[in-house]
Amino acid sequence: MSAKLENASRRDFIKGSLMMIPAVTVGSGVSLTAAADEPPPNLADYTPTFFDAEEWQFVMAACDRLIPSDGAGPGALETNVPIFIDKQMEGKFGHAADWYMKGPFTEDASPLFGYQSSLTPREVYRKGIAATRRHCQDALGEDFRGLDAAGQDRVLTQLEQGALEFDEVSASQFFAFLLQNTKEGYFADPIHGGNKHMAAWKFIGFPGARAAYREWVDQHDRAYPLGPVSLTGERG
Amino acid sequence: MAKTQPHVDVVMIGLGWTNSIMGMELTEEGLNVLALERGPDQDTVPEFAYPKMADELTYGVRYQLMQRPAKSTVTVRHGVRDSALPYRSLGSFLPGNGVGGAGTHWNGHTWRPQPQELRLKSYVEETFGADIIPDDMTIQDFGVSYDELEPHFDFFEKVAGIAGKAGNLNGEIQAGGNPFEGWRSDEYPMPPMARTLNDSMFRDVAKAQGLHPFPLPAANASEAYTNPYGMQLAPCNYCGFCERYGCLNGSKSSPQTCVLGALKRRENFSYRANCEVMKVELAEDGKTATGVTYIDENGDEVFQPADLVIMGAYSLHNVHLLLLSGIGEPYNPISGDGVVGKNYAYQMNGGATLYFQDKAFNPFIGAGANGETLNDFGVEQIDFAREGFIGGSYFNAAMTNGQPIRNMPLPGGAPQWGAEWKEAVQQTYGHTMTIGSHGSNMAYRDCYLDLDPTYTDDHGRPLMRMTFDWKDNDVRMTQFMKQKIDTLSRALAPDDYKLSFKDFDSHYDVRPYQTTHNVGGAIMGSDPSTSVLNRYLQSWDVHNVFVMGASAFPQNLQYNPTGLVGALTYWAAKAIREQYLKNPGPLVQA
Ligand SMILES: Cc1cc2nc3c(=O)[nH]c(=O)nc-3n(C[C@H](O)[C@H](O)[C@H](O)COP(=O)(O)OP(=O)(O)OC[C@H]3O[C@@H](n4cnc5c(N)ncnc54)[C@H](O)[C@@H]3O)c2cc1C
Ligand code: SF4
Repeated sequence: MSAKLENASRRDFIKGSLMMIPAVTVGSGVSLTAAADEPPPNLADYTPTFFDAEEWQFVMAACDRLIPSDGAGPGALETNVPIFIDKQMEGKFGHAADWYMKGPFTEDASPLFGYQSSLTPREVYRKGIAATRRHCQDALGEDFRGLDAAGQDRVLTQLEQGALEFDEVSASQFFAFLLQNTKEGYFADPIHGGNKHMAAWKFIGFPGARAAYREWVDQHDRAYPLGPVSLTGERG
Repeated sequence: MAKTQPHVDVVMIGLGWTNSIMGMELTEEGLNVLALERGPDQDTVPEFAYPKMADELTYGVRYQLMQRPAKSTVTVRHGVRDSALPYRSLGSFLPGNGVGGAGTHWNGHTWRPQPQELRLKSYVEETFGADIIPDDMTIQDFGVSYDELEPHFDFFEKVAGIAGKAGNLNGEIQAGGNPFEGWRSDEYPMPPMARTLNDSMFRDVAKAQGLHPFPLPAANASEAYTNPYGMQLAPCNYCGFCERYGCLNGSKSSPQTCVLGALKRRENFSYRANCEVMKVELAEDGKTATGVTYIDENGDEVFQPADLVIMGAYSLHNVHLLLLSGIGEPYNPISGDGVVGKNYAYQMNGGATLYFQDKAFNPFIGAGANGETLNDFGVEQIDFAREGFIGGSYFNAAMTNGQPIRNMPLPGGAPQWGAEWKEAVQQTYGHTMTIGSHGSNMAYRDCYLDLDPTYTDDHGRPLMRMTFDWKDNDVRMTQFMKQKIDTLSRALAPDDYKLSFKDFDSHYDVRPYQTTHNVGGAIMGSDPSTSVLNRYLQSWDVHNVFVMGASAFPQNLQYNPTGLVGALTYWAAKAIREQYLKNPGPLVQA
């Protein structure tokens, strides 16, 4: 089967299956019937739901350092990663809705036992952003977003390594969520708000939701030639 | 006061692989069978339909199909003197939730155990002497033999539609299969899956070293197939969204695709989803069960009377329900008395990640169980006395998926974020393959399950507590495998490779996914003082309670459990049908 043919039949199948599925929702409550051609928002025009204006500036600045725009491939800002994170804060993840959150809590448990904090991820973000910004003001005389790139990287590294001690939240846990969610937003299907126009998938060569490769499985050591498709049928 | 439902002959707790099979077998006897499943109803269409399954974040990362710790979890500690902490968010293991159980979102590596593994203690004692067994190691025999189970392995493989190549047909070694396997009465029902680049590279290097590679037995259909129940599987399309997902193509063997469609057509079968069993109720003398109490979808408490109770709630939940229901004496690791919760075991795995700059593996073209494996370092091959450990592993080179959030192996030294991370991602993605070792885990006196003294669930019931850590014997086993995998890896001449194996400082870590192969706790055997179940998976204490699943394993196999779990279910069903129904009572006299 030629690449073109595979492409065309696949597209019809995707269109067909979308027509057959009435208002299916994915786990996070996002509707899959959102029109395929509805363009993702511009980051600059987006009004966050969870984060306030100051917190939003922090999230944007931090994401920009975690996956910067320099070099090959898109950065977190071009791919709307902050929008993804804002949406996650309002969903089950942000609320730790699926997690066992009954006490007693042993906050200083060995990391081998996994998450043991009484805070939900959205509380960790709120307290973590406030504490990091306070630290930057007190120690460096500047808000986080006012620091230059090297200065921001130094603060992020301190968070990552637990070199900063905050009263109300673990700095390294805050950083761990921030990094995890940034990578998720970069690589998850665009239906969740990030990975705008599947730019991160195109960058690494992941075909997204194609999910049908019978003709390709025994073609060894040949890079797969087709670009990605998304859950809503967008093609890249 | 709980409301009471009309009486049924058989009530089954959970509706995964085990109870789907049991439902087929017992409805064939004309019995009126009801399954209670705590999770939602779900099927290939609409729940698993394309495209919505192809969503890594929702299913792969946020575990949409799995058990919610908020509703059901365990606590974990390393030693009997420690306080346990709740397993608050999922990591190490991912129990299922909903019709089909974990059988909807498993990988489908479908193995038979080696004959020696079913009588491990006797095998070790006869071959190497009892004194090589460490004092704190509590391994036992299963009490049932490979020969007795062979027809049931065969039938389970036909029902599930396994793709593979036999290596031993009635004692005759077959080219292309596993020459070390136990005898089989028939070939696999389907030929092996298509070979990917990593499979072929691993096969060639293993052969060159005098080893015996063969295709992994897969519960992913290599061609169109109709099973003995008339259920049909479509050829797998290597969609790359297999483990953690329901199959969008009707190709993965699951309770839905292989059993439930046929079972649901039987008038004497019914099931209720969103109904969680709280407890098995016992008659006043404690010797028989009268039925189960459950919470229905409206949150009401309901009593369901039944003559026979079949637990198939997954190993961990079976043990929890036995403890909560007061069936059998709880195990005490200090005195060694009691049995319920005894011999909890897991899986000792390790692996290598190999990076080849010039090779295109297309990792997103993959299925849960396509891969090339070898068994040259299995339990039955190793001289335990010489090597100084009891156990073994199989190796596999599999390509299950290229989902980028979870599957982004980077070379050693690559940073976790920033411009250099991005560069490393682009350079590495699609250029790596893995070689894994999947190994046994022995049972130990202080690795067990009981009720937690502190933490409770929404109904006020104590959570189950898991006391578990890695032991030197099993670390020596995995370190032996490390040497072998290091040799194979070097022979493949990658640009870079990383080995990841447990060592003597390793403690059980609940964060990274390892396997959902939690075994033991309601173990089978020949003696009621050392086992919870007799050889037919019947409770020694309450004869109308049978307990299916890997909770019956006295220690863990080197293999994934479900081939044995399926065969044991057919074995127990045969005993119920041919012996128990005629004369209800203990099938083995204590
Ligand atoms: C990600 C993953 C990959 C796996 N890969 C493999 C593999 O490659 N090879 C292999 O051999 N095995 C594999 N397994 C394991 C395999 O899935 C299990 O061995 C198998 O599904 C067990 O069947 P079961 O019927 O015992 O339990 P399950 O399939 O877990 O079914 C039990 C059911 O009982 C329900 N239940 C629990 N408690 C209650 C209650 N109180 N009341 C009512 N219902 C209840 C649960 O919701 C569930 O639906 C994997 C598992 C997972 C999670
Ligand atoms: S890889 Fe094959 S068996 Fe697995 S989910 Fe995809 S189509 Fe189904």
